[in-house]
Amino acid sequence: MTPQDYKSDQYVRFCPGCGDHAICAALQKAMAQIGVPPHQIAVISGIGCSSRMPHYLNAYGFNTIHGRGGAVATGVKTSHPELTVWQMSGDGDCLAIGGNHFIHEIRRNVDLNICMFNNRIYGLTKGQYSPTSPKGFVSKSSPFGTVERPFIPAQLVLGAGGTFFARTLDVDMPTTVDCMVQAHAHKGASVIECLVNCVIFNNGTHEWIANREQRAEHSIILKHGEKMIFGANQDKGLAVEIDPQTFVPKMIVVPADDPRVLVHDAHQQDPTLHRLLALMGQERFVDTNYQSQITNNELPVALGVIRSVEAESYDEAVNRQISDVREKSKAKTFDELTQTLERWEM
Amino acid sequence: MERDNIVVRFCGDSGDGMQLTGGLFSSLSAILGNEISTLPDFPAEIRAPQGTLGGVSGFQVNVGKGVFTPGDKADVIVAMNAAALKVCALGSKFNRQGATYNEADALFKSNAVVIVDTDSFTDADLKKALYTSDNPFTELGLPESVQVVPVALTNLTKEALKDSGMDNKAVLKSRNMFALGVVCWLFDRPIDKAIHFLEGKFAKKPALIAPNVKVLTDGYNYGQNLALSINQIRLTPATEQEHGTYTSIAGNKATAWGLIAAAERAGKRLFLGSYPITPATDIMHELASRKDMNVMVVQAEDEIAGVCTAIGASFAGDLACTSTSGPGLSLKSEGIGLAVMAELPLVVIDVQRGGPSTGLPTKTEQTDLMQAIYGRNGECPLVVLAASTPANCFDFAYEACKIALENMTPVILMTDTYLANGSSLWRIPQLAELPAIKPQGVPEQLKGKYNPALRDENGVRYNAIPGMEGFQYRNIGLERDSEKGSISTNPENHQKMILARQAKVDQVADHIPEAEVWGNAESDTLLVGFGSTEGHLKAAAKQLDCALLQLNYICPLQRNVGDIIRSYKRVIVCELNSGQLAAYLRSQVPNVTLLQYNQMTAQPFQVEEIVEYIKGL
Repeated sequence: MTPQDYKSDQYVRFCPGCGDHAICAALQKAMAQIGVPPHQIAVISGIGCSSRMPHYLNAYGFNTIHGRGGAVATGVKTSHPELTVWQMSGDGDCLAIGGNHFIHEIRRNVDLNICMFNNRIYGLTKGQYSPTSPKGFVSKSSPFGTVERPFIPAQLVLGAGGTFFARTLDVDMPTTVDCMVQAHAHKGASVIECLVNCVIFNNGTHEWIANREQRAEHSIILKHGEKMIFGANQDKGLAVEIDPQTFVPKMIVVPADDPRVLVHDAHQQDPTLHRLLALMGQERFVDTNYQSQITNNELPVALGVIRSVEAESYDEAVNRQISDVREKSKAKTFDELTQTLERWEM
Repeated sequence: MERDNIVVRFCGDSGDGMQLTGGLFSSLSAILGNEISTLPDFPAEIRAPQGTLGGVSGFQVNVGKGVFTPGDKADVIVAMNAAALKVCALGSKFNRQGATYNEADALFKSNAVVIVDTDSFTDADLKKALYTSDNPFTELGLPESVQVVPVALTNLTKEALKDSGMDNKAVLKSRNMFALGVVCWLFDRPIDKAIHFLEGKFAKKPALIAPNVKVLTDGYNYGQNLALSINQIRLTPATEQEHGTYTSIAGNKATAWGLIAAAERAGKRLFLGSYPITPATDIMHELASRKDMNVMVVQAEDEIAGVCTAIGASFAGDLACTSTSGPGLSLKSEGIGLAVMAELPLVVIDVQRGGPSTGLPTKTEQTDLMQAIYGRNGECPLVVLAASTPANCFDFAYEACKIALENMTPVILMTDTYLANGSSLWRIPQLAELPAIKPQGVPEQLKGKYNPALRDENGVRYNAIPGMEGFQYRNIGLERDSEKGSISTNPENHQKMILARQAKVDQVADHIPEAEVWGNAESDTLLVGFGSTEGHLKAAAKQLDCALLQLNYICPLQRNVGDIIRSYKRVIVCELNSGQLAAYLRSQVPNVTLLQYNQMTAQPFQVEEIVEYIKGL
């Protein structure tokens, strides 16, 4: 299988320069690498720029209604667990109108691969602030700046008991492909937060890490089993420090050769460290008034697979329950079932 | 005393087991060859304070021959406590201070037999039921023609179980069996049949069999000793029923089983996405316990997810359903619109209740008709059916699945509280005798060339299912090109697609039976109704010696409905809303004069009231 096998005949209509082009190409590449044939894949989406994705993929696709992709995908996967199901969604589709379905598909651990495109803006309705826009963000619907706190998607995922969370960047194709391949391998609800740029309405929103010169200093790509090292010269590492007074743990930047540098364990069931990692460097994305304090020691934004733990998936459990009951029950057909009624001849 | 039919109402605290008692008596009567029609009537509160007016729960059953409805008013009342007696005697005025018995309001006739548990009329009981004197019978102003039969139910039950070793609480719970025993004697039901039936009922809790049988038998024998004070009632056996195997079934269960049968006949897995809502939840309960039938139930996070998980399952090839009531139907509107646009089979069951908003969740109404037909954005046609008896909920649930799968369309099946909780006799069918279901598929030669705009000769789009190699396609809630199946914003194409979706729904009328008139077709008067009012309208039409057209197919209408309506001089549309069916019929059968009879009390019709109204026209 090659990425070409997963391209549909549809003309791709994302704006020129949109980050979604890159995610689309990465997904085709990831699908080729995974190797599940197109007819055994279903790609479900809601509404928004990201939700156009099914049209550009050679697979079964369903571009549904705003916010409901998660519920439709739950129905597809639960009824037909043999299918590989991808869900394409955005920060508005997933975290605003579809918020309820999002947290519940994670809570149930439905075996879905969820790509949540986060550009911190409503693009298709032409530029309103979204649930991930930083506080103070000026948009058409917030001409004086928003007064709301945004969601940090990772917090929501972990709060809902998420078993898989990855973060990637539109301009980092290898990490994106890797996250997608790992999301597919993970059984359960796998959420990939894809940080994408909206070239028209929110250009440069992730510039801090997307910028080629700064990326190595401002982000870290986490890999399970590897030391948490980053920086243009690979000279910095990450460690945990516990405040002796409050016992609150926090991440700190230390020299790469410091013995305290942590080794990433994505499979750890306890989410404490995953949460600390996922929250690194988020301050500047949640408040427009954020002032970088000590640039040299600022925590990097974590990319890659931050959490991937094993747990039974909903679709597997519910289908197993049905086959267990069926195995034991005497009645398996309608005519046998009616025999079990209190019945009489007339 | 011999009677064609008789109405019995069991009434007590919501914890007194009145639904169980009524259900047992109904099933027993059905086994003995009587027709039955039941009406459970329970408060919205799960457990109101014991002995209070708000906690009174009732179960009414009409047994005998020529039974169309649970009956307007009871001939026999079993009142387990003082509050129950008050509610039955005063009806809707039970909360009004100083109100006395008045046959028009009361739940029982002025010559009724009223069996009361005298042990539940202590001063404390009277106080809880807001009596102001210590003589409840005088205070309620019961006429002398009402025959009160005092029975010390509580003490007699205690006596019956004194050697059982059961604790007091368990003993008191068996009071209903004593009452049932008395009623069984009153109607001359053979006690051995009742015992046999009880044994079956408690088969899974064998420890309960002996004490319940003992109390039941003692109650029956007590009745015999009463023989001097009241007369036994003998019911005329039912008119010839179609030969077969029967059971008694409630509407919600019949609905669930109709879906199960349809899935098996169609060779599909049954999928239900649903969210708890009164009075529809029993459908989900029943299907959740039917994993042996390979039923997949997802209890969704909300009503929207209920319909959307079903749409996902339908897209993936299951027979997909969602069950709800009015408020849930509102929430599902956008999802149903998606199924219309995506042209996917979907069965939506709307068990109507009193509305709008939260309204009267445990009461019955027919007020969702307009919502079912029109309640979505855009031009959004679909099929609407309405079941009309508890038993035919099975038939129309089955029919809804058949129409949905064969025509690639959502179908809304309307039932209501009255049908959902009421039960009637059901002749149990064999699966093979039900009409075949042929789900729409896709011809093999379209492999590699398939798109979702391709239709068969009936205008029904071909359906490919994920997993089929070479048929990958994209489904959408956006408008699609009528030839290529991809997104289109072309103006002419949009109009063409609207007409295509409408034509697809309209052609369903070619595949359904024609409408039939019931009663005296030669009369110049025609009553028209839909759904659950069938029993009441039949009873009214019989008394009025006129014709009745009871609709089960709402959208599209059967081809001959217009001709039938036009052939009567006087047409009266009777419905439990302000005139929704009448308004719809005026749009579908133009230039006819339709009179209306509307009731909006969130209660079933009263036959006598319809008859009187029409006689007065």
